[in-house]
Amino acid sequence: MTTTTSNNISFAETLPALFTAQFGNAGWPGRKAALDRFQALGGIPTVKTEDWKYTNVVPYFKNGLSIALPATPSITAAQLEATGLLLPDTYRLVLVNGVLQQPLSILPPAAQVTVSKMSEAAALPAYTQYFNNSKKLEEHHFAQLNTALFNDGLFIEVKTKAQVEQPIHIIHLYHNNGNLLVNPRHLWVANEGSYAQLIESAAAFDLEGTVLVNSVTEAVVAERAQLSHYQLQTGGSKLRFINQTMVEQLGKSLYNNYTFTLSESDLVRNNLNISLDAERTETHLYGFYIASGSQLVDNHSSVDHRMPHCESNELYRGVMMDKATGVFNGKIYVHEDAQKTNAFQQNNNLVISPQANIYTKPQLEIFADDVKCSHGTTIGQVSEDALFYLKARGIGDAEARNMLVKAFAFDVTAQVKIPAVRKQVEQIASRYLSVATNN
Amino acid sequence: MLNIKNLHAAVEGNAILKGINLNVKAGEVHAIMGPNGSGKSSLASVLAGREAYEVTEGSVDFDGKDLLDMSPEVRAREGLFLAFQYPVEIPGVSNINFLKTAVNEIRAYHGQPPMQAKAFLDMLKSKQKLMEFDANLMNRSLNEGFSGGEKKRNDVFQMAMLEPKLAIMDETDSGLDIDALRIVSAGVNKLRGKDNAFIIITHYQRLLEYIVPDFVHVLYNGRIVKSGTKELALELEEKGYDWLKEDIRLEEPVQ
Repeated sequence: MTTTTSNNISFAETLPALFTAQFGNAGWPGRKAALDRFQALGGIPTVKTEDWKYTNVVPYFKNGLSIALPATPSITAAQLEATGLLLPDTYRLVLVNGVLQQPLSILPPAAQVTVSKMSEAAALPAYTQYFNNSKKLEEHHFAQLNTALFNDGLFIEVKTKAQVEQPIHIIHLYHNNGNLLVNPRHLWVANEGSYAQLIESAAAFDLEGTVLVNSVTEAVVAERAQLSHYQLQTGGSKLRFINQTMVEQLGKSLYNNYTFTLSESDLVRNNLNISLDAERTETHLYGFYIASGSQLVDNHSSVDHRMPHCESNELYRGVMMDKATGVFNGKIYVHEDAQKTNAFQQNNNLVISPQANIYTKPQLEIFADDVKCSHGTTIGQVSEDALFYLKARGIGDAEARNMLVKAFAFDVTAQVKIPAVRKQVEQIASRYLSVATNN
Repeated sequence: MLNIKNLHAAVEGNAILKGINLNVKAGEVHAIMGPNGSGKSSLASVLAGREAYEVTEGSVDFDGKDLLDMSPEVRAREGLFLAFQYPVEIPGVSNINFLKTAVNEIRAYHGQPPMQAKAFLDMLKSKQKLMEFDANLMNRSLNEGFSGGEKKRNDVFQMAMLEPKLAIMDETDSGLDIDALRIVSAGVNKLRGKDNAFIIITHYQRLLEYIVPDFVHVLYNGRIVKSGTKELALELEEKGYDWLKEDIRLEEPVQ
């Protein structure tokens, strides 16, 4: 049975009925608890909620959203290829509306990595230990909504000391007829001393209507493990994203996150939360976002330095065109015990249209007394001197501006360690820019 | 090639150029000298098309076309080149991609197809050799972290690649040590020919020992107040500019 919200009634009002229709009162009690928590937080946040001040999501919950997944369409290899997202020399995990499709996937060796649907992982020890365990989950409206409503997702466990040299490419396809709210729920565990690289991409598949993706990914990076996580936010205008990524790092671990928003989506909101729960961890967060038209791209991040001798480094750059809006909010908390912390954060924005907006707020809260921290933000235009230099060599205005925007992104894109990913990111960004600047 | 008539220009309403007349023919090298603030660099900027400068009067004819009517990139494609007093650092734009883009945009303007990769690299190599330009600098970001001398040499190297009809060198000698000055000058001398022309803007006579001009002009207070041959530069070196200022003051009408 499919239940949808009507156009005139708020999602929050119909949610209990939707929930009961979908999940009944049986099953995992955590769902109901999360639903109650979501309602207690006030339901869908409005712009009166501090963390959502510039990002009005209310309209996206009005147009007859269904929470029931449609039947999975059959997808051929050629159709998968046609997404243009495939990367060479990678393992491949294909998900449709958050559900793993084994036949389309190329799994990493089972000796190194356990891959499962979340719906089939509940008995695994790592699931029991880490699922729904992340600090701060309960502060986030949409994380609670996800916990209440999630259907399925991807469980990945990289085994102790496994060195997975070939990247694992996770392709999220979203399909529906009508407007869907989908709540993928993932849990990724990198066990002690392991090494892995995960790449996420997204595309719409045979989509009539829109899909609002409200995902939660919990990731645990255990002692001395190294995990690189690329979020390539692609996909057409019919996909909207609210992402929660909750990362917990243990001693001497390394986590690299690359969040590149290169989609035509109306709405992208990323909540990236890193919890440094043991000593001598290292964290790098790189972001690049472009927005044009009336798009809204919002990156909220928080890094919690709870223990001594940890290092975090965050660099986000964005380009705002047309009437687009960008939001950056980066919080760094250095807790009382986190002596000898090194924490750096930088957000730079190019605003290249008089109608575009950027709201940026770097926040640093330090409760320890022996730390090195810095944060900074800039908002500017393309340098007129640089533009003139390029033009004085015969390069036309549009091409010169493209070159300068790419150069601006370069400090971030140069950090991408997988050449095929870097190439794809540059191609998508180039295509995006040439379409946007020719409008 | 270049015919400047009664050129007046202003920045933010302040008159900077107050009636420049200058005629440059193919094969000629003109030096423009003058004290600080006389308008030398402003003249270069106006000719290259910098937006901040507003032309209030006069005309500039470049090979039969109205130069002032062209955007900066069209001026460049028509064969005008400005060697910058302060070449800009652009991190993230590689030298080699920048040059390839410039070469191909100029070719497209003249209805020519883009250069093949091999032909481009061959040209790059031969010009590197000609200009004594360090190949290691090619793969770096445009001017990023270059020394003052390396930036100027990069500009002259770009000039060799783009083969302009008219090159304007805006205080190319400032910030150069003797060795760099020698190399830059040697590069310019190799590019001199009967079909192209140079306007060399400089404070000092020193550069003109290396690049020997056909004509020397003194710019003062937005106008060319004296023109002569290379001997004029020597006279300026010896006597400074003050004697000229005196002469001009005598000629100025009493306010």
